[in-house]
Amino acid sequence: MLAFCIRRIAQAAVVMLVVGLIAFALFRFVGDPVVFMLGQDATPQDRARMSAELGLDQPFHLQYARFVGRALHGEFGLSLRQLRPVSTLFRERLPATLELAIAAALFALAVGIPMGVYAALRRRSWLTQAFLVLSLAGVALPTFLIGILLILVFAVQLGWLPSFGRGETVALGAWSTGLLTASGLKALILPAITLGLYQMTLIMRLTRAEMLEVLRTDYIRFARARGLTDRAVYFRHGLYNTLVPVITIAGLQLGSIIAFAIITETVFQWPGMGLLFIQSVMFADVPVMAAYLCLIALVFVVINFVVDLLYHVVDPRLRLELAAAR
Amino acid sequence: MKRTFSRIAFGALACVLVSAADAATLRFANQGDALSMDPHMHNEAVLLSLTGNVYESLTGRGRKFETTPELATDWKQTAPTVWRFNLRKGVKFHDGTPFTADDVIFSFERARGEGSDVKVYVSAIKEIRKVDAHAIDIVTTDPFLILPQTVSRWYVMSKSWCEKNNATRPADVRKGGENYATLRANGTGPFMLKSREPGVRTVFTANPDWWGKVEHNVTEAIFTPIGNDATRVAALVSGEIDMMDPLPLQDVPRVQSNPNLKVMQSPELRTIFLGMDQKRDELLHSNIKGRNPFKDVRVRRAFYQAIDIEAIRTRIMRGVSTPTGLMVAPDTQGFAPELNKRLPYDLEAAKKLMAEAGYPSGFEVGMNCPNDRYVNDSEICQAIAAMLAKIGVKVNLVAESKSLFFPKVIGRNVSFYLAGWTPASQDSHNALFAVMSTPGEGAQGQFNGGAYSNPRLDELTRKIGAENDTARRNAMIAEAFKIHQDDIGHIPLHQQPITWGMKKTVEMVQLPDNFLYMRWVMVK
Repeated sequence: MLAFCIRRIAQAAVVMLVVGLIAFALFRFVGDPVVFMLGQDATPQDRARMSAELGLDQPFHLQYARFVGRALHGEFGLSLRQLRPVSTLFRERLPATLELAIAAALFALAVGIPMGVYAALRRRSWLTQAFLVLSLAGVALPTFLIGILLILVFAVQLGWLPSFGRGETVALGAWSTGLLTASGLKALILPAITLGLYQMTLIMRLTRAEMLEVLRTDYIRFARARGLTDRAVYFRHGLYNTLVPVITIAGLQLGSIIAFAIITETVFQWPGMGLLFIQSVMFADVPVMAAYLCLIALVFVVINFVVDLLYHVVDPRLRLELAAAR
Repeated sequence: MKRTFSRIAFGALACVLVSAADAATLRFANQGDALSMDPHMHNEAVLLSLTGNVYESLTGRGRKFETTPELATDWKQTAPTVWRFNLRKGVKFHDGTPFTADDVIFSFERARGEGSDVKVYVSAIKEIRKVDAHAIDIVTTDPFLILPQTVSRWYVMSKSWCEKNNATRPADVRKGGENYATLRANGTGPFMLKSREPGVRTVFTANPDWWGKVEHNVTEAIFTPIGNDATRVAALVSGEIDMMDPLPLQDVPRVQSNPNLKVMQSPELRTIFLGMDQKRDELLHSNIKGRNPFKDVRVRRAFYQAIDIEAIRTRIMRGVSTPTGLMVAPDTQGFAPELNKRLPYDLEAAKKLMAEAGYPSGFEVGMNCPNDRYVNDSEICQAIAAMLAKIGVKVNLVAESKSLFFPKVIGRNVSFYLAGWTPASQDSHNALFAVMSTPGEGAQGQFNGGAYSNPRLDELTRKIGAENDTARRNAMIAEAFKIHQDDIGHIPLHQQPITWGMKKTVEMVQLPDNFLYMRWVMVK
């Protein structure tokens, strides 16, 4: 087990290094931040000096080595746009993104699973057809369009929900939460639906397919033969066995929810990491972009690692394979 | 007991109702946020506009954009290079400390020192001498006629506050970034900074002890940056904000047709123009090898006359741009109205000029254009490409983000490009110096991306910089503009509009600098 962990951590480290390298290589094409940092009346000498002070004139491999060296200490340097430490900016923005991502994931599970179960049990009902059409729309429509449509209906036409921002927030230590105020909760609804819709349709379709599969198996037939109620058959025996793959996929999708939050955050002016990233791209703020990409890569790596570990805990066959290999 | 409670509740309710009648909250949005609350950190419009409500300068701007007394009550030239400024008495910073000459001198050192990005506003000043606590002498290197206008964007900070909080320099990259003044502010202005969450929300409250005559009824102002155009418009239409800037041109009719909303528009100080590489012997991006067609004034003139500025104004700018024949806007000091005439749009003449210059069937040229900097910038470039096709010029358009575009213009790695310039000093000399002069020492000609050069214009620009007589100065500016026009050093296009969308219940003053002056906001 320990050997397995070490191997996975080594693999993760390689992944992180490669992501950093690719990110850094790409940033050579986003432009020169010094032009914006110094404003329109700066002299060429001013710009050259600033470039040298930031180390932007150094060759690529040196800049990358410096970046990796600092990142190992958890330090990502200063945002060129705001002249504030990247770590501070992330600390300010992370709660917003995490709250949004978790709300979106919960929405996707809480709505997607019941819909999927219903669609599996009542295959020919008109509601099932409606769900399937809806899920097709959820997959096909781009996020920004869904966001704009929701804003149009619920903020502009009906005036029920805010069209932008996070509402009032309450600071709990370093964590600023919008979950404790009415305006914060109201502001969360539209972005969470926008962000979670794609995942919801995915979970619904997965639940439906798995459920149909499970309902065809022998032990469901035996359960029926024993005279169990429909409820016991469907929910205790059917749904439980359906949920294992669903939860796995949902967990893995959490990473992509955080990553895809960029678009939703831009549409709703949600002050999270994704919005910070977009603002940084426009300014060619390399330290923020590099740190963001590394952080997202880290999220994926950690989630995958945890899932792998859980498999080992859950599935005895994998442990046996490992023992045989040894 | 119950009755007492209800009486208290009623009393409280009455208080709320009364205060709601005359006090008002202003909620406004911009597409970007100020990058700091430190007024010396960036020379950037949103930052200077927002902090300009908290901090003040020696001189300010009136409702007609005229220069008005602010922290200085009056000023006069006592010698060609010496200006006496008498400072306003009884002014207090928001932390209660009195404003004196020491604060001005401290702010001068801070603004011209390391890490400051507003050096341009004080670069003409050699030193500031304290006469007494409320009078100073500003000594300039050369006679500097426009000093009172130039200092209006150089904000005065409190010496004791900055020293106490370790913020005597603007936040510096080399020393670990932010400092106390990045997120806090202590000025003398009509509004105080209450809270600041970068990129999220900035809250201002009215300063009850402000020295000036209060001409607003705003008690609290909440600023939110909303980057996405559609979201910003939706927030205005749904009533969540009272005012927003900029309103995208395509949404103007929609906002105008809403009974609760209105649109405020006026020309900005920025002039949009085209530049052409006139230095290289062979263009970087063209199919003509061994020579540079732009060195021939006939080609430049043909380009000018091939551009249908009316079509750009009506189709792309939706009728709200102001076509211009000069490189500066009408509110700029030294603007010469008699010269503000464009060459006529005349395709036949343009074709003839191209033929005379030896390009009867045109040529190919690469054009660089930003797509996120000016109002409808890449659309203008597309239209110009289509117009030039009529005289046989094939334009290969590269429209890209400003972070990629500007380094190319500043590095003069462009053949043909679209850009814009606002003179920071709101004076013609700045445009002559930065955009039209031959690229040279320091900032001279640094935004002259095509390296247009005329020695007489350079000489005039130098003289204008040190001229102490307004009439003579304006005559020289006009002469320089005439030279540039005859040479077609650049092709001026238009002043783009400032477009605000707001509720009908809000009254504001819109000046060509596109600043938001909260001191003149009335909310009904």
